[in-house]
Formats: sequence, C-alpha cells, structure tokens
Amino acid sequence: MTETPTQVPPKTQTIEEVESAVIRFAGDSGDGIQLTGTQFSTATAFAGNDLATFPDYPAEIRAPAGTLAGVSGFQIQFSSHEVLTPGDAPDVLVAMNPAALKTNAKNVKKGGLIVVNKDAFNSANLKKAGYEASPLEDASLSDWRVIPVELTRLTRQALEGLGLSPTETERCKNFFALGMMYWLYDRPLDATRRWIETKFAKKPKFAEANKRALDAGHVYAETAELFGCHYRVRRAPIKPGVYRNVTGNEATALGLVAASAVSGLPLWLGSYPITPASEILHEISKHKNFGVKTFQAEDEIAAMGSAIGAAFVGMLATTTTSGPGVALKSEAIGLAVMTELPVVVVNVQRGGPSTGLPTKTEQADLLQALYGRNGECPVPVLAAATPGDCFKMAYEACRLAVKYMTPVFLLTDGYLANGSEPWRVPPTSELEKFAAPALPPLAEFQPYKRDPETLARPWATPGAKGYEHRIGGIEKADVTGNVSYDPDNHERMVRLRAAKVAKIAQDIPPTEVLGARTGDVLLVGWGGTYGAITAAVQEMQKAGRKVSAVHLRHLNPLPPDLGEILAGFKHVVVPELNMGQLLKVLRAKYLVPAKGINKIKGRPFMVSEIVAGVDAVLKGGN
Amino acid sequence: MDDHDHNFDTLPAAGPALTMKDFKSDQMVRWCPGCGDFAILSSVQKILPALGVPREKTVFVSGIGCSSRFPYYMNTYGFHSIHGRAPTLATAIKCARPDLQVWVVTGDGDGLSIGGNHLIHALRKNADLKILLFNNRIYGLTKGQYSPTSEFGKKTKSSPMGTIDEPLNPLAIALASEATFVARAVDTDLPFLGEILTKAGKHKGSAFVEILQNCAVFNDGSWDEVAGKAVRDEKMLRLEHGKPMLFGKEGRQGVRLKNGFEPEVVAVDPANPPKDLLVHDAKAKTPTLAHLLAQMHEPMPHGVFRDVSKPTLDQLMEEQIAAAKSKPADLQALLRGAETWTVAA
Repeated sequence: MTETPTQVPPKTQTIEEVESAVIRFAGDSGDGIQLTGTQFSTATAFAGNDLATFPDYPAEIRAPAGTLAGVSGFQIQFSSHEVLTPGDAPDVLVAMNPAALKTNAKNVKKGGLIVVNKDAFNSANLKKAGYEASPLEDASLSDWRVIPVELTRLTRQALEGLGLSPTETERCKNFFALGMMYWLYDRPLDATRRWIETKFAKKPKFAEANKRALDAGHVYAETAELFGCHYRVRRAPIKPGVYRNVTGNEATALGLVAASAVSGLPLWLGSYPITPASEILHEISKHKNFGVKTFQAEDEIAAMGSAIGAAFVGMLATTTTSGPGVALKSEAIGLAVMTELPVVVVNVQRGGPSTGLPTKTEQADLLQALYGRNGECPVPVLAAATPGDCFKMAYEACRLAVKYMTPVFLLTDGYLANGSEPWRVPPTSELEKFAAPALPPLAEFQPYKRDPETLARPWATPGAKGYEHRIGGIEKADVTGNVSYDPDNHERMVRLRAAKVAKIAQDIPPTEVLGARTGDVLLVGWGGTYGAITAAVQEMQKAGRKVSAVHLRHLNPLPPDLGEILAGFKHVVVPELNMGQLLKVLRAKYLVPAKGINKIKGRPFMVSEIVAGVDAVLKGGN
Repeated sequence: MDDHDHNFDTLPAAGPALTMKDFKSDQMVRWCPGCGDFAILSSVQKILPALGVPREKTVFVSGIGCSSRFPYYMNTYGFHSIHGRAPTLATAIKCARPDLQVWVVTGDGDGLSIGGNHLIHALRKNADLKILLFNNRIYGLTKGQYSPTSEFGKKTKSSPMGTIDEPLNPLAIALASEATFVARAVDTDLPFLGEILTKAGKHKGSAFVEILQNCAVFNDGSWDEVAGKAVRDEKMLRLEHGKPMLFGKEGRQGVRLKNGFEPEVVAVDPANPPKDLLVHDAKAKTPTLAHLLAQMHEPMPHGVFRDVSKPTLDQLMEEQIAAAKSKPADLQALLRGAETWTVAA
C-alpha cells in the first residue's frame, strides 16, 4: 500500500442489525486507550445511539509496559434503546498486547470477537503477561472468534513517507484500531477527523498521520474482509433536544458554574489535586470568564478553610475531593456547621480505606459523610445517580447550601466521574432560580436569629455597615451568636442545627418508584449503581417478578415518603458497593429487616450480579 | 519617616474619622491578668483609625490559642476559626474580596506547629494579609506545654526533664517563605509596637510581625532576658532602614560584619562612629541581610527586617479574571460545550 485512500469505498459486505453492543478497548496505559474509547463514544453519540462508558485504568501513569498491572481499559455499551450500564460482558475486545488479552479475554461473551495486535505477541510481552506459549497458536481461545491483525506493521505502512520516527508511528496504531471498529459498527468518522485537526492544529504532520491511520484501519477492515459482516445499531428514541457527551466530573463542574451564574453569587473553588476528583478543578479553572475564582490550596485542609473564608464574605463556596481528602477536611466541615456557612463539599468516592484504590470506584464514604465528624454535626448529603445527573445534583447542592446556610455533601464516585453518557443540555431557562436570602433590616439583625421557614441564619457579609459581627467554632449563644458555655443553650443549639438540616426534607421531591408501589422486593439504591440496578429490575419485571426499585438522591435528610414506600414490600434489598452502609441507615431509621447485596472489588455492579443477589436474598441467603 | 510608597487604590476612602473606641467590641476581654495580649490588643485598636479603613471592611481572623480570642474583642468582622487554619480562611477572604483589609492573629503553637504549612504558603503566595504572631514560647490555653519556639532544654508540664528539640525561628521561616514584609516587635515597647503595626497595616502584600509576648501564668518573663525593661537597651537592636546599626546607651555599640558573614558587636564613639558599621536595608530585593539579622540573638534585632513590593495574590487573581472576561460568559454556550447533536422531535 503506497497511498492510503481517503475516500471510503462503497460498502459491499452484509450489514446485520443488532439492538446493542458492548466493546472493550484494552492496552498498555501508554497506548491511548482512554482517548480511543472517548473518540468511539463521541462517534457513537453522533450515530444517535444511547450509550454508557466505563474507563478503567491503573493508578500508575505509566506502569511498566506490557505488564498485567499496566493494562488500561475502556468499555462502552451502545444501543437503539435506553442504555443504563456499560454492559456486563463485551461482544468485542480489542487487545493491544498479550497483557490486555490475558486480563480481559475471560470477560468476553462466548462466541464474541477478540481483535488482537499480533505484532505485540512477541516472547518478551508473552512472558510479561504470564503466557507460557502464544495463546494465538494454541486452543486456549477457542471459545471466541480471534482476529489477529498486524496493527503495528500496517500502521507503519500506512504512514510511510510522512517522516515520522518509529515511536511516533507506533503511537498512531490506536487510531488504526479505532478505524477498524468504526467500520465494524458503521460509525461516522468525521467527528474524530475534526478532533484530530483541532488537536494537532499546530502539528500538521501528526494530524495527517492520525487521520491516515484512522482511514487505513477503516479501509483495511472492509477490504481484508476481516469480520465477514458488520453491524448497524439503529438510533435510539431519545427525548428531543440538544445533546452532548458528558462525564460525571464535567457535569459536576458545569453544575457548580451554572449555580453561580444563575444565583449571581461568584463561585469559589478551593481544591487540592486528588484522584479521581481533579478534573473538576481543571474544568472550572477554564471558566474564569464567569468570574469564578479557583484556588489550588497547599493541602486538603486549606482547600476547605479557603471555602469557609470565601463563604464568610459572600461567595458560592465549594471544595472538591475524594475520601482521603474528606478525612482531612472533617474538622473544618464541623466549623462550617458551627458557623452555619454555605459550602458545597464534593466527594468523588474511590476505593478505601487509606489510599486504597485511587482509580477504582466504591461507595464506602456514605457513613463518613453522614457521621464522620466530632460532636453532633449534621450535614445534608446528596448523591448523583449518573454522569449527567452530577450536573443536577451539584446545582441542587448549591441551592440547598445557600437556602439553608449549611455545608452540603455531594457524593459522586470514580465510576460516575470518568464514565460518560449523552446528556440533554438543559436550556438555562429550565434551571431553578435561586439567590442569597435578603439581609434583614439592621434593627432586626442578630447573627444567629433564624428564618422560621428554613431555620437559616442571616448571611451578613463584610462590607455591610453596622452588621459587623464575630463568628467561630466555639458554641454560639442562640440568636446573638456570642460565645456561650451555657448547658441549656448548648442543647438548644445542637437540636436547632439538627432541626435545620431535617427541614430540607420539605425540598425533596416525591420519591419515584420504578414499578409497582407494592410487591415482593424493593431494591433501594443510591449513587452510581443506578444504571445496574435499573437494568436488573427491568429484566426481572420482564420475567414477571414483582420487583420494584427506588433510587435515593437525598441521603440526609431521607425523603419523607420513603418509610411508607418500604412498608409496601415483603423484602427490602439494598445493593451497594460497600459492606452495607445505606443498609445500616435504613435498618436503624425504619426498623426494616433489609438485606444487602454488596460488592467491594473497586468495580461497578454487573446487572447479572444484582439479579443473582436478589435470588440469593429470596432463597434466604445473605 | 514613612518609607512606604505603595498605592492604596483597593482600600476604600476614609469616612468620618474613627477613634480607638470604635474598634472595641462589647465583649469582656478574658485574658489572664498580666498577659501581654492586652497591650497588643489596645495597640491594634489604637493604630487602626489612622489606617483609614472602615470597620465593616476590616476582618480579623484567628486560629486557636489565647491570642486567637482576639477577633471577639474587635468591633469589626471577625472569624475565630480552628487550630492553625486562620491563614487558609484569611487568604480566601482577601482573594474573594480584595476591598477588605484582613488581619490574622496567631501564636507560636497555632502558627508554627499545627498551622505551619498554611503560614508558609500564605506568605509565599504574597496573600495581602497582616499576620501577627504572638510568640510567648509556651502553650498557654492548654496550660503549659512547650511550643515550637520554646528554648532547648526548657522544663514544662510535657517536658519535665527538659525539651530535646530545637526551637524554630519565626522570622527565618517568614523570610524563607519570601514574605514581603517581615518585622519583630515587643509587647512591652508600645510606641514602637504601634509604629510596626502601622507599617504592617499599610503594607500591600504578606506582612508578618512576630510580637515577643509575655505569658504571665505559664512562662512569666518569656522574653525578659532580651526584652526586660532593665536590659532592653543593651540587648536589643532597633532596625531602621538606611541607618547604621547602633544600640545600647546613647548608641555606644554597633554591629559590623567580620569574615564576610558574621555579625560582631563593636564599641562606638558617637562623636566618631566607625565607617564599617552595617547599614540596614529593608528594601533589598533578596532577603540575605534580613536572614543574617534574623539569626542574631545578642543583640536581638527588632523593627522591620524586610519591606519589598510584589504583586499580591488577589491582584493577580483579578488580573486573570479580567483577561478571561474578553470571552463572554455565556452559560448556555458553556453547557453545550464543543460537540453537540440535536435529536429532533
């Protein structure tokens, strides 16, 4: 091949229609797997499918090449109907080296397709992956249809004459693989071509190289008749509107900026870099034209302290972190509770305890958010259910913080943070208006004199003449806010702070039940398990089982109608990626004999695990 | 001589003249009888009217410790935060609202032990804060444990056999953190304390003032060996920008350098002073001389060690925002992002 055609030849091979598909790209953490996956997601969104993604990468930036520890993965499910999860088992695995094959092959559907980069199967790589002999040459992969492709050699050929070094050429092979997958699933190439042109605007040689690799892969898949046929996934019936792809971290950032823009309160983000939350800081740092002030603090404590300071002087104050960071911020969160200042604390949860699994997902910080502070220290807790839902819940966290003058936790997790889905861009007119409550007239002002509706104290900020006052972490006298060690006052203030947070229940919308309001089993979930639980419940309902589900976005206070809903079912089952934290809360509050489905592997639930978990509960297991 | 040449354009114009009384709150001052904090409080209340910043634009932030009760006694906005963290709140307060004048009151334990990290970062960022560190070399509020500035070997409740760790030098820390204003004063020398506080108040940038302060209950005579009234003139060296370093009765002693870097005390005949005395330069770009002075104990220098001008954190933050605003703040466009597609009805 001396010249790569840029025109895609007419399609001659058969097209088979499928409802949905799951593809997993896997390779070294330096192979550009995340980029390949993101590009495939964009193309899939443009093809009109619903989708969900699961980027899964090691904590090391560049783990030793070719090793099992260094394997980075990106899974996507797309469909002509609603997609709730990235899929349990891939239909297609693209493995860039033996290690990627070894760690992922067993999860591929029996009879599924495995495309491997044959050129990477040399003895050194095989040894690093722990293969005694090449799996391409024995029967060990007989459960699947394996297609070895000389990815490295073919990419090199396609880029001949561009004057690229061998390393530079090697870096383009992910686009060759991407081009093959675009042909296999009939995806449009133009969005990726546009992305390449923008990305390499100042390096036309690389732009040309990547476009050539992409096109060459596409053409090769067709002309070499590798796959026999290719697939079409029809457009999904989606609510009309303007759509984009969004990750949970992007959506959280946008929610915070939107809350600032709508309320007119300038945004403050004090943050310290931590996986998997840093992208929120990166994203918001780009939007200084909205008057946002981002502050990369010297540590987690300073990030929280800065947010409290910013809240004191009238900004919409936020801090973003993960569990270890929340542990460090906890004393300061207590200060925000005591001084009753609005601060939104976002915890993008990851596997714990301690450093734990920085890049893996878990839901084990719920009890930390609810109780992890000294003293009686109530903080409202919200949780997002999907990547796009992070926008709505971040916005809601800001609204509640300001309305009730309180710190608010927003829990997301690594799975939501990095996963993406098509998101209907809300017209700004749909965003609920809110603003700082009006300052009472000076004659009526007392720092801790509360609004009877919300029990919020007034937010008098420096610059307001005559309203000068002092606040701090020592117990406050009711109304005046002066220092008080009076025993009766302390009990009154502890109860007032609790009552104020409990009042937020009046802002919680009626709980939606997926399915009938009475039945055999109610699944109660929260956070990023929404997709897997919903898909499992839909599957069980189709099988005629009396199973329903509710998904909580408000963990403190809980929705006021939840007790009544729980009472309508014989069994309450709580699937969580922890050892049963919401389970404990529900048992304690509602005295129901709820059972848990628990997974603590740093990975999201598979739909089949939830179905099996329900079966086990009904059989008296667990 | 006021050698400050900063502009005050972010400070509001003075309203009707305020007096010391206007800055006193209605709260009873609760420090032990004989505490050095009383003198510092009244000194601050005394110098504030002349700075011309209205009460409602003045904020005092503190951490935890005896000194940190300070904000309660000021009739301004105030925040008594948590142990060691005052610089974190204060930095944000100033950056969020550049129109405010922000003071931080801290102690040797609060500022140099639990909050050491925050202190150095507030200083290196040139956050426009006036940081007063009351140094009494003891933990008072927890009733008498040694602090990070306690002398080596000091016997306290938590070190009955004497401490086995060397003390920190607060000024060396401030200078190493590139604070743009660094000074030392003593709680018993009120006129000079007032002068230093005024200069700190007028400085634009991170101002750090170590105030040698007595704890009458747990470390009485905290600084008597250098700052006691009887020995002060002989044991302390008052720094004045551009002037030769003279001290002692009638300036009969001076400081010069030997072997290049080592300060030495020499006798001075005031009628015929030696030409090689060290001349103080608080404006030097590099803090080399200030470092050298910060290491001296006999005599112990006080006054302004360093006073230089650099852009402040809040200014730089505002400049970036102003530059970014060349792009319109269109929320709908932001939410749409770079790539969208439309699903038709």
